[in-house]
Amino acid sequence: MKKKRLIPVLLLRNGWLVQSKGFSEYQNLGNPITAVKRLSQWASDELIYLDISTDENYDMRREDLHNPNRHTIFEILDDVSKRTFMPITIGGKIRTLKDIEDRLSRGADKISINTKPLEDKKFITQAAKQFGSQCVVVSIDVKKIDDSYIVMKNSGSEITKYGAKEWAKIAEECGAGEILLNSVDRDGKKNGYEIPLLQEVSQAVKIPVIACGGAGEWFDFAEAFDESAVDAVAAANVFHHIDQSVYLAKKYLYDNNYKVRPPNLLGIDETL
Amino acid sequence: MKKICILDYGSGNVRSVFNIVSLIEKQVVISNEPKDIIDATHLILPGVGAFGSSMKKIQKNIPLELLKTAVFNQKKPFLGICVGMQVLADTGHEFGIHKGLGWIPGVVKVLSVDSLPLPHVGWNNIEVVKESVLTKHLPQNSDFYFVHSFCFEPKNEEVVVAHTNYGTDFCSILQKDNIYGVQFHPEKSQQTGKILLENFLRI
Repeated sequence: MKKKRLIPVLLLRNGWLVQSKGFSEYQNLGNPITAVKRLSQWASDELIYLDISTDENYDMRREDLHNPNRHTIFEILDDVSKRTFMPITIGGKIRTLKDIEDRLSRGADKISINTKPLEDKKFITQAAKQFGSQCVVVSIDVKKIDDSYIVMKNSGSEITKYGAKEWAKIAEECGAGEILLNSVDRDGKKNGYEIPLLQEVSQAVKIPVIACGGAGEWFDFAEAFDESAVDAVAAANVFHHIDQSVYLAKKYLYDNNYKVRPPNLLGIDETL
Repeated sequence: MKKICILDYGSGNVRSVFNIVSLIEKQVVISNEPKDIIDATHLILPGVGAFGSSMKKIQKNIPLELLKTAVFNQKKPFLGICVGMQVLADTGHEFGIHKGLGWIPGVVKVLSVDSLPLPHVGWNNIEVVKESVLTKHLPQNSDFYFVHSFCFEPKNEEVVVAHTNYGTDFCSILQKDNIYGVQFHPEKSQQTGKILLENFLRI
């Protein structure tokens, strides 16, 4: 039987692992590569890296390329693919097919796109045709405005004309393999997933939906699986702040008969 | 001393396979050079993509007669991963009908899954139905990472080592003598993937 997945999200800003709140406040959590080692040992099912650097910061980083403490997404990918052997999704700053190819050739299994398809939905089809649907994840940031779920672009800062359900269906028709569904309102709040949003979108499409935004305790994962048809639960902060987080979350779900992989803790010297 | 040759015909996941095999053995090359195939003790054929285009690339880039000698005469252990397993069949029915290597009698067809989405992507468990060195030390019902829409339907059931259920039972590990094939990606399957590869490399 195919398993439900638990996916830690690593937010990268100027090469650092950060914590985000409401898509606007950021706190530095340290080195993204050290974090991968932990997440591997706790037997995460997949990893999602989202590069949320702003363009301005991106330029700043270029001047600082010699600083070994800062990592480009490619250096991170190189390192990560040597240390961990699970599926890896990379998102952020993807505007062209070449951007996708660059990431896949450095060890990413899937890419996540957000703003570009909102400007040109054919980009989803082009990406799916060239690299296969299975590696195209369309990430959708959603805000609740006057009781409707509205899709946002540019890191949750700009309103679009699309409703969440409508855009998810378009993404599926265009060839997306998965939907990463983020609630901007719940980001960093630790008060649980936006369940009605998860229900609305996971019922509307056949492709897997990954829930994101709001997880604060293990029960929140169970609730997402109970109340909606999502295929995976993703979270950032809760997985980075608690020791053995992924293991403990999985144990909670496994012990309560959710269809997840058995919890596992790998030894310190095992980097798998 | 073991020497592993990962055959390179332009398949996407060669680097990940190299990375994990390098954790287990020191002498690992990604190559399709005759010399490396001759020197190798173990051969791995990775694969991502469609049957037809993979076969085309294999025929173009890999010295097949030499490879056949290594596999059939010298009996070197050979592992096909995902499409690398599928091309062992006689024919593949993906975007038309294509001829495979024909090393293990069978055909490759689309998974019949009813209403489930394709490709079958994610962690799923195997059910071992026949003893094989490949599945030693693996816990019961081990999970592996799958990404595929097509599956190998062998002519003779005896080659099936394990199957997996996704709408239907399909063959996820097969073996005929020194030829092994896995439908999943051991290089993306963390600990279970590493154990399976260790088993293969210990042969």
